[in-house]
Amino acid sequence: MTKKTRPVDRRHVLRLIGAIAVYGATALQFLGGFAKRASGSVAAKASAAGSFPTASYDWTKHRWGFGVDATRCIGCLSCVTACKTENGVSMDPHHFRTWVERYVYLEGEERPRVDSQADAGDIAASSGSVDAYRFDDRDDRNVEKAFFVPKLCNHCANPPCVQVCPVGATFRTADGVVLIDQDYCIGCRYCVQACPYGSRSFNEALGVADKCTWCYHRITKGLKPACVEACPVGARIFGDLDDPQSDISQFIRVNRVNVLKPEMGTHPSVYYVGINRDVR
Amino acid sequence: MVTALFQVPLFQASPFVGYVYPNETIIPWSELIVIYPYLTGLVAGAFIVSSFYHVFGMQQFKPVARFALLTALAFMICVPAPLLLHLGHPERAFEAMITPHWSSAFAAFSYVASFYVVVLMLETWFAFRADFVASAGHNRGLRKLFYRILALDSDDVSERALGYDRRWARALAMIGIPAATLLHGYVGFVFGSLKSRQWWSSDLMPVIFLLSAVVSGIGLLIVLYIATSRIRRTPADETCLRALAQALWSFLIVVVVVEGLEYLTMFYRSEEGIQMIEALIRGPIRAGLTIQAAGSAIALILLTWLIVFRERGKTLVRGLAVAAVVVLIEVFAMRWNVVIGGQELSKTMRGLLVYAPPVLGRDGLVAAAGLLTVPFLLLWLFVRLFPPWEPAHRDAHVPRG
Repeated sequence: MTKKTRPVDRRHVLRLIGAIAVYGATALQFLGGFAKRASGSVAAKASAAGSFPTASYDWTKHRWGFGVDATRCIGCLSCVTACKTENGVSMDPHHFRTWVERYVYLEGEERPRVDSQADAGDIAASSGSVDAYRFDDRDDRNVEKAFFVPKLCNHCANPPCVQVCPVGATFRTADGVVLIDQDYCIGCRYCVQACPYGSRSFNEALGVADKCTWCYHRITKGLKPACVEACPVGARIFGDLDDPQSDISQFIRVNRVNVLKPEMGTHPSVYYVGINRDVR
Repeated sequence: MVTALFQVPLFQASPFVGYVYPNETIIPWSELIVIYPYLTGLVAGAFIVSSFYHVFGMQQFKPVARFALLTALAFMICVPAPLLLHLGHPERAFEAMITPHWSSAFAAFSYVASFYVVVLMLETWFAFRADFVASAGHNRGLRKLFYRILALDSDDVSERALGYDRRWARALAMIGIPAATLLHGYVGFVFGSLKSRQWWSSDLMPVIFLLSAVVSGIGLLIVLYIATSRIRRTPADETCLRALAQALWSFLIVVVVVEGLEYLTMFYRSEEGIQMIEALIRGPIRAGLTIQAAGSAIALILLTWLIVFRERGKTLVRGLAVAAVVVLIEVFAMRWNVVIGGQELSKTMRGLLVYAPPVLGRDGLVAAAGLLTVPFLLLWLFVRLFPPWEPAHRDAHVPRG
């Protein structure tokens, strides 16, 4: 059978050109929207003068950093209470923006016993309270060495949580803080999975992810994060890394600081002093 | 009372041993996220079988080729359901498509999945178009209208038109193979690409997911083909069954070898934290791994026996049915061991959690069981509307009134 040839007339060509123009324009509009989001020009616009919640604040002029001096921490948990109160975090022992870990080395044991005040064993041993530490399994052995380590979001420069968010609801601000737009979060919990530090939780009541913001509503007004303010021993240090005279810059300058899980390549912005290799 | 019975707590904390980060005590991804890769896997496998015939022209798969297509479609339509049910804000799900964040594996899902669904629907349409025309011919009233709309008001069943249908179905099936592979490889990537969880973080994860997907899909087809043949009181085509058995056997061997290599590498390297992985295997996922390992072994032995001794008749049907059911269970256990097991191993590498799924609620077992039933109901409806069996079978055994 021979194939029928179709005559190509002017009408066909014109119709084709028209269709390409209409579909092409629509596609370009879509692509433009994607490109805008991808390049972050939407975020850049948010920082323009007048659009920021605090009008006088310019997020391009700061680079925030956090220090933890574990040698000072006494495990009083004032920071945890202050954080939960300030940010309306659920009071149960399963949701934290910051928490304090305890490392206890018992005589004759090589590895530390690690727990937190949220540990079920500790809660049971302290008759249901999450406000104090107790030993639930020390028996009669002596403690050889023990220390506390405050934990919080590391506000990584290369945050895996931001990488995996399917809608870009979580992002890193120009001043180095990882935030969540809870009006945009779809609640898939991929970010909770991706964080190597267990810093994120899921707010079941709101159906969105939740995390430490370094009290962004406070620091953009010149205040310190609630946990830093509440710490009675100065174990938490906060400030502008771009200001050489700030508390954090001096902290990093005078101490030999560490970060958590550096092998993850996340580049944390929380610097630790007084931790050992057992702290992860 | 009754309302109290259905009142579901906002969250459920899991018990743990050792030390876990406090936020980890609530397992983020429930069994709904176990079902999601399980369903996509079944789709991928069923589709591959239909492609054996549609693309490679392997005649032995002809009796199930169109049924496999309907199976893939019915299951694929249900794939987003567990994801949507699991979201904190399902009404915002579409944002992932309108404003995708390209560095996220999830953002790609909606695109890959939608593309695949479209390809699948088009291929099904071309494979069934002649049937729509025929059904429009011998039905009346609303049914006639339904089939006429599906046939786009065309009644062209000339040799030329049918050839056109075949060519398009083949071309679409050829596009569908990389799409199905990508879709399921991507599911493995969702887990394998996360560096935060040692149990997930593996380059082999997409490969393992993909291969076990094909295995589970072939298993599902075998079970469904044997069951529907029984319901239709038609003997299942033996050549087809033997071909399915061989396909299942070959893919299963590759899966077992690749999974074995994964474990071998992990234990041979014995990197930091290997003690905790050993504890995970001995502890929370012990039962799951036993089912996975024993299932693979039983299915492999059964299939080898069926193939080596060239079994026929009832022995073939029964042996194959058992092997296929075992494979379906085994692959489900594998999904559980990965998705739930990965979360039971703490990111501290110092503790283990034990996840006990809730019965009620969005994340509950009842919802999960429902989600696993829906695709079968949908498939039943599809089969009623678009009988996929070869006319020879249909006419010989189901006389039309």
